[in-house]
Amino acid sequence: MIIDLERFITEERPRWNELERFLDRLANEAAYRFNMATARRFHYLYQRASSDLVKLGTYGAEPELLQYLESLVARAYGEIHETRKRPHQLRIWHWLRHVAPQTFRRHAAAFYLSFGITMLGCLLGSVFVIHPEAKRTLLPYAHLQIDPAERIEQERELYERANEEGFDPLAGRKARGTAFYIINNTRVSYVTMALGITWGLGTVAVLFGNGVLLGAVCMDYVRAGEGVFLAGWLFPHGATEIPAILIAGQAGFVLARALIGWATRDPLRERMRAIGPDLVTLVGCVTLLLVWAGFVEAYLSQYHFVVPFWIKIGFGATELVLLFLYLFYSGRTEKPTETGPAGASGAP
Amino acid sequence: MSRRTTQRMVIRTPEGVEFGLILAGPVSRFLAWLVDSACLAFAAFVLSALVSALMPFQSDLMAGLFAVTLYALFTGYRIAAEWFLRGQTIGKRLLRLRVIDAQGLRLGFSQIVVRNLLRFVDALPLLYFVGGVLTILSKRSQRLGDLAANTVVVREETFATPNLERTLPGKFNSLKHYPHLAARLRQRVSPEAAKLALHALQRRDSLSPEARVSLFAELADYFKSLMPFPEEATLGVSDENYLRNVVDVVFSERTHAAPPT
Repeated sequence: MIIDLERFITEERPRWNELERFLDRLANEAAYRFNMATARRFHYLYQRASSDLVKLGTYGAEPELLQYLESLVARAYGEIHETRKRPHQLRIWHWLRHVAPQTFRRHAAAFYLSFGITMLGCLLGSVFVIHPEAKRTLLPYAHLQIDPAERIEQERELYERANEEGFDPLAGRKARGTAFYIINNTRVSYVTMALGITWGLGTVAVLFGNGVLLGAVCMDYVRAGEGVFLAGWLFPHGATEIPAILIAGQAGFVLARALIGWATRDPLRERMRAIGPDLVTLVGCVTLLLVWAGFVEAYLSQYHFVVPFWIKIGFGATELVLLFLYLFYSGRTEKPTETGPAGASGAP
Repeated sequence: MSRRTTQRMVIRTPEGVEFGLILAGPVSRFLAWLVDSACLAFAAFVLSALVSALMPFQSDLMAGLFAVTLYALFTGYRIAAEWFLRGQTIGKRLLRLRVIDAQGLRLGFSQIVVRNLLRFVDALPLLYFVGGVLTILSKRSQRLGDLAANTVVVREETFATPNLERTLPGKFNSLKHYPHLAARLRQRVSPEAAKLALHALQRRDSLSPEARVSLFAELADYFKSLMPFPEEATLGVSDENYLRNVVDVVFSERTHAAPPT
């Protein structure tokens, strides 16, 4: 029991102030690191403040004082017991070259699942679209409802006229188009990832729906004998856009797996804590790919008879090969990046 | 490691020390969201005025930039604010709320990103219905984003020193004649009960006469049962004065012990 509270507080207050200064510095200076002596001092101050809190709590001290000490101990506790690495600087090149592809490969099974569900949707979409009634349901966009040959003829006429009269059919629409594609695709991807929280059911639904739409469009154009046009139209941006949505699905399944707790005995919060950095990495990857795809779609894919089809298809194929090589082979020499609390250095 | 009482999450450290965090309720969180939405609407208005002025020069480019910037602002504002303001947005700061790690550890960047990306689901079907319902139902007032990111939103305490000069205007305190019993009383009074007594005294003038008598009788009975004093100390002392004496015993020796804020 504390006999003289006032004296006790007067004696302890300088140590609380010192601990508070340490905490403020840690919070405000990202690059600040303790040396051995300051780490020991910090730990001592934390233990002392904890002990003071217990003493004052037993004494039934003034609530404001107890709350102050509680908040001090809470902040110090967060710093002492945190085992994740403190991000000190953004290493973009390292992230691109090593962290992103290694994270992708670490969760490759989730990517294959995402790919498989989309392909299943493609298959069913391509079968169902053969029926005219089903086409009206599966392809709810006006420019996809009309006969592909008819649409291509309209496009051809437009570009011929543009060539003769010397105007750009997409003038005044390219930047807007880029913005639209980026916003729409990233939103769909973020939702696909976020729906992983529905134990993956929402992610499955979005991927399957995308697959059905893609399969239906492809089959519609192939049946009309316009496969080359289709490839020249979809391949340049689709080579990055479709993998990006598949990676978003992968992120959704990573989230769902952590939620379900499949093949692990860790408690839920540990599982969620462990996958957080990987989710952010995958979402970062998706965003970069979709920004690129947005530009390609607005500035290349939608130009139908200006750039030869074989160049557009070649461009798309090159992108796809490079993306494949990047995701599956980049950063292989580097020691795999660690995720979650395990293996992370102690802090501070 | 942690347990929850009403709107309060208590974390017990490996050293055996407990500290409490008051969880933010759905109403204060919704108000913070409204403030942030108003800030975003204002930013969008300023941006659109700027773009309108520049539109005649590069209309396509400006429209594209405007759309992407607006989208980035609405998607990234809360992420950036919570990262740079250490768990707060403008709305949360005004409402004295803060996002923290659910185990009291340091809030990580990935936690901030995940909890904000999950807003896409929490906001379904509209006006954060899913997130709001879950905040009410969950033990730690967590929406889906909080569950996935392992975060909670807490109310920040203020550490204002109580104005005892006005509440306890230097009257005679019979309880102080029994310092050993006064010390025992301080030991037995919980912080919540002490605060309740202080607030009752501070607000006594706003109560109706009946409510005032009834409230102070109830509180005096409670404190008398906590630590009985000899009859000489309480004889002729009204319930309100008794409570004043209790608050004096519990608080006034600590007027110099105000938290060093």
